[in-house]
Amino acid sequence: MKDTPNIEYIENLARGNEDFKRKLIGVIQKELPVERNVYIKNFNAGDFEEASQNVHKLKHKISILGLNKGYSLAEELERSLKNNTPLNNSHTEFINLLQIMEDFVAAL
Amino acid sequence: MNCIIIDDEILARTIIGGFCSNVQEINVVGEFPNAIEAIKFLNHHEVDLIFLDIHMPDFTGFDFIQTLKDPPKIILTTSDKNFAIEAFEYECIVDYIVKPITEERFFKAIQKAKVVELPQINGTAKRSTMVNEDTENHLYVNIDRRLIKINIPDIYLIEAKGDYICVKTDAKNHIVHSTMKKIQEKLPQELFLKIHRSYIINLRRIIDIEDNSVLIAKDVIPVSRSNKPELMKRLNLL
Repeated sequence: MKDTPNIEYIENLARGNEDFKRKLIGVIQKELPVERNVYIKNFNAGDFEEASQNVHKLKHKISILGLNKGYSLAEELERSLKNNTPLNNSHTEFINLLQIMEDFVAAL
Repeated sequence: MNCIIIDDEILARTIIGGFCSNVQEINVVGEFPNAIEAIKFLNHHEVDLIFLDIHMPDFTGFDFIQTLKDPPKIILTTSDKNFAIEAFEYECIVDYIVKPITEERFFKAIQKAKVVELPQINGTAKRSTMVNEDTENHLYVNIDRRLIKINIPDIYLIEAKGDYICVKTDAKNHIVHSTMKKIQEKLPQELFLKIHRSYIINLRRIIDIEDNSVLIAKDVIPVSRSNKPELMKRLNLL
């Protein structure tokens, strides 16, 4: 099954409250690009400990958008960064995942 | 119940705040992106419940709990399942919720918080003895948004430096944005004495006294005329 972002969780939280739904989406639209940029900056600077913290934080948004495979990818990347042995493939995949998420929320 | 939410992620604070707004008994009195701001708030306000994220930059949720002398009930919120065992070492932690938080799980945690009583000692809620002992021997200072733990007996000198103070220990000097008055209030009076408007010394670390100066570690410190009688009184003179 394809891992595509969705707002099922947000819809459940909002329970028909459109204002709250928009508020949550607005927060993701605002926070996600910032957190992605911080992650990329830390990764490129070789600060893998900080980068692992950034991935950890991003996991929440990944799970909120219902991306189960993406969550597993983030867990794997977080572990490898913590061990100071980042996997380049995972990093690239992760960047792609964040881009998919960003495009998705931007269109909401 | 008055509660606060501590989480560096706006989204997490928004979600928890949203859940809280659906519970009549819960009143959110503050939201904080880091532990330091929450500590400042708690210095002047009492709360019944804290929603606390474990993973935060500089200062983790567990570090935060250890600074609390009298912690209220705490519900931990985290994306990590691996801290559950450590979490329940603290009596004040009533529940542990893994993100993303569902409404059902949130209400279950609230029910627990309502029912659970913190252990009582002499009529007051027990708030982790270990933490009390810890804070009596240590001082936390705010440096660059980090709370640094300093062992009080290791402090031998505090020097005023404009809007800052320099807290000197054998291992390191800490420059802190604070005042002599504030730090003096936090230090045990039997151990520390202000001997000059710009200096507080640890009496146990005096090496010698000559006229109007004190040698403490490698520093020669002036003693003001007005403070000298108190200094002499505190010495065990032969």
